[in-house]
Amino acid sequence: MHTPWQAATALKTESKELRPLTGNEAIARAAWEAGVRVAAAYPGTPSTEVLENLATYPVEDLHAQWSTNEKVALDVAMGASFAGSRALCAMKHVGLNVAADAFMTATYIGVNGGLVLIVCDDPGIHSSQNEQDSRIYGQLANIPVLEPSDAQEAYDFTKLAFEISEQFDTPVIVRSTTRLSHTRSTVSVGERVEVPARVFLERPSKNVMIPAHARGRHLFVLERETKLKDFLATADITRIERGDTKFGVITAGTCYPYLREVLPNATVLKLGASWPLPDTLLREFCASVEQVFVVEELEPIIEKEVASLGIKVEGKRLFPRAGEFSPEVVRAGFVQAGLLPAPPSYNAWVPEPVVRPPVLCAGCPHTSSFMAVRASGARVAGDIGCYTLAVLDPLRGIDTCVAMGSSIGNAIGMAKAGETKPVVATIGDSTFLHAGLPALIDAVYNQANIAVVLLDNHITAMTGGQEHPGTGKTLRGEPAPQVDYEALIKACGVKWVKKVDSYDLAATHQALREAINYRGVAVLISNRPCVLDPIKIKGPPLEIITSQCTACQSCMNLGCPALTWSDEWFEGRHRVKIDPALCIGCTLCAQVCTIDCIKIASPAVTQ
Amino acid sequence: MNEQSNIAVNAESEPVAFNAALAEPTNVLIVGVGGQGVIMVSKVLASLAQAHGYEVKQSEVHGMAKRGGTVFSHVRFGPRVWSPTIAKGEADVLIALEWAEGLRWLPHLKRDTGVFICDTKRIVPPFACLSRRPGAPMRYSTETAEQVAAYVSEAYAIDATKMAEELGNERAANVVLLGALSTVLEFALPEWEKTVTAFVPKKTIAVNSAAFELGRNWIADAKSESPSADAAPAAAPAHTPYQPRLEITDAWCKSCEICVKLCPERCLKLNADRVVELVAPEKCTGCRLCEWLCPDFAIRVHLDTEAPAMEAAQ
Repeated sequence: MHTPWQAATALKTESKELRPLTGNEAIARAAWEAGVRVAAAYPGTPSTEVLENLATYPVEDLHAQWSTNEKVALDVAMGASFAGSRALCAMKHVGLNVAADAFMTATYIGVNGGLVLIVCDDPGIHSSQNEQDSRIYGQLANIPVLEPSDAQEAYDFTKLAFEISEQFDTPVIVRSTTRLSHTRSTVSVGERVEVPARVFLERPSKNVMIPAHARGRHLFVLERETKLKDFLATADITRIERGDTKFGVITAGTCYPYLREVLPNATVLKLGASWPLPDTLLREFCASVEQVFVVEELEPIIEKEVASLGIKVEGKRLFPRAGEFSPEVVRAGFVQAGLLPAPPSYNAWVPEPVVRPPVLCAGCPHTSSFMAVRASGARVAGDIGCYTLAVLDPLRGIDTCVAMGSSIGNAIGMAKAGETKPVVATIGDSTFLHAGLPALIDAVYNQANIAVVLLDNHITAMTGGQEHPGTGKTLRGEPAPQVDYEALIKACGVKWVKKVDSYDLAATHQALREAINYRGVAVLISNRPCVLDPIKIKGPPLEIITSQCTACQSCMNLGCPALTWSDEWFEGRHRVKIDPALCIGCTLCAQVCTIDCIKIASPAVTQ
Repeated sequence: MNEQSNIAVNAESEPVAFNAALAEPTNVLIVGVGGQGVIMVSKVLASLAQAHGYEVKQSEVHGMAKRGGTVFSHVRFGPRVWSPTIAKGEADVLIALEWAEGLRWLPHLKRDTGVFICDTKRIVPPFACLSRRPGAPMRYSTETAEQVAAYVSEAYAIDATKMAEELGNERAANVVLLGALSTVLEFALPEWEKTVTAFVPKKTIAVNSAAFELGRNWIADAKSESPSADAAPAAAPAHTPYQPRLEITDAWCKSCEICVKLCPERCLKLNADRVVELVAPEKCTGCRLCEWLCPDFAIRVHLDTEAPAMEAAQ
């Protein structure tokens, strides 16, 4: 529609340099080279590093920003595209759910400047609240989903995605997974090409989705899909590797290297895009082999499409529908199919497992907040962030956790449903800005009787310390206006707002009790910076006067990693010791010690 | 698959345990706990292998790991590398920065030829210390270095953290392990030194270079001796076993619930009369916290030795 198609040049850039890059780094590099002008995201593992890396490129080349949530990020990217610039927005799979509203209309509007969504799935749930296959969103929105299988392809496909986007007037998803995003391999990189910005395209029938316009665009979207199928059937990113003709395997993305590891000589149809699928190519390929297998992670999207063509295909019967794939998983599937011999079993070592769940850091301000929450005897609606770990022993202080910003909404529902315990919602600062704010307004509007604990640690801690509108800094570290939570919350109509130092356990208990006793919406701001970001806090460590310790282990209730058992005993129980390398001197253990045997070397750390 | 033609192998390199010029990739698994420097070790190795002309894939898992969880990084290099991850039983070398993590990943090592290099540093997770019962053992790995040595072809248990501490920087423990690793991979010493230097902060080059040297020499010395590490947990000393028993004076309880809310084992509840009651006596460890916390002296904890308790039962 716009520039003539130049796939060959996009894929065969003159290579200047070989670099070891992770999938996310490669995507950022490619986007920069492709002349991206605006990039936006909300941090989320495993997608976070895409924007963090884009922010390392010159500010004259592109604007990169953290947005308050993924829908906002997509809207920002769409705005840039409307204005004629190439734009990118990145998110993890659950982020696409947040952006879905804007996303489903973006597919109708199409693009002016190329618009690419980097969506990083997390098969195996390394760091997420669910396992979801974003390719289905591509199918739902009728847009192409490119699936790179290593960092080089992540780089190539991202560049290509901008070309496809502009040629076919469509947003494009580049789908990564944790394994690709965080795997480093060699990438041949090129140079940035300035793409001249187009001007705003004044065409309301395309840019303004009133029903009359949308009906026409829906037909366009369907036609576009047909064209994309034809294009993808012959595109460079799709290839057939001929080997043994007894059977053929259709695969895409990170499954491809696993397959090659296990079956180096098999006949393979490697799809560069897992949506839309080219019927003709699938038919031809399947006809050329005796038996067809589909190896794909999570949902049987390719398999169903092949089966719908009336072709006999094997897939999810042999390869699991849940969890991350690996060479072992792929091998096991082909062993079950009778195509590979079973691996020899040997007497493997079975060490006694050590349970090592992630824990809140030593001195984490969330620890004390949850000690107070637990002592309040409340029903607790939790949220997404480091503090979700408070659900585990020993804090065991969260009753529910659904999605970013759900805690306050969940709490409203519980309170309205007549929960007899006091209802408390806990939410971090970044999450509050992401999706908690509308729910807080809802709580005030509907006069819910809840207490909200805003766990303000001044950073997006869970994903490794990213800035947000409450931190006073931008993605590039430039100074920015800072949200005043107290004023904001009051402006929402909350009458009871109080700030408390979370390292002062007694004050936190007291303030929470007041918040709970207040009839209506009360917001308690628990105020202490994260101990890791933006600066690592390290105060003088505390120590235990071991001879006085009565091994009540009350301090162990904090779950602080600096507290462990010593080799000394009292009444058959371990006395406790503090690891001075880990202790940051927050004094929480001293505050909960029933016999005052924890020495405060010097006053608590400063903020 | 077997293109070996343009792979240069340094003939002057140290004794070669794994020759990556062979068709099969070399698989090195690096594991530890968040914050120990696992990723740095894997980056050094990946960079070294790439400079040597190999295809390299390095796959790491982090995210939640920052918060004291397990961190692992797969490094595979050779003329051709497909999968970014190493299958169970396929690792040539396992480098562990923490003892229990080394044991956790042991099944990934090749049964007959695998080399195990592990720091004896123990990072005990809070979870291992949760049982407050009298005589409770710490739930941390009990396997000894001897057991590991009997299982794999070569096993080295190094007190790398202590060695680094003595050099004045505990954080250099990972470089001690890199020094140890340098003895079992084919790359020449100058290549190692160049790469390690490039990856550590400038101010710490001297200490890291010493750490590398220490690790390298340690292995040379250890090749003649048998490895040793005392990973046995402290055993409970003899004490008279007892049964905790709560004496609750109903009339004094003012239903304040402090004991209920702060009982570590959560074995107390207020009954229908709003008086405290021990609802799960099997969970009570006799820690006396309730006795101390009660503002009304309504709870007394008795530690009955087992013999009289049994007599009473009869």
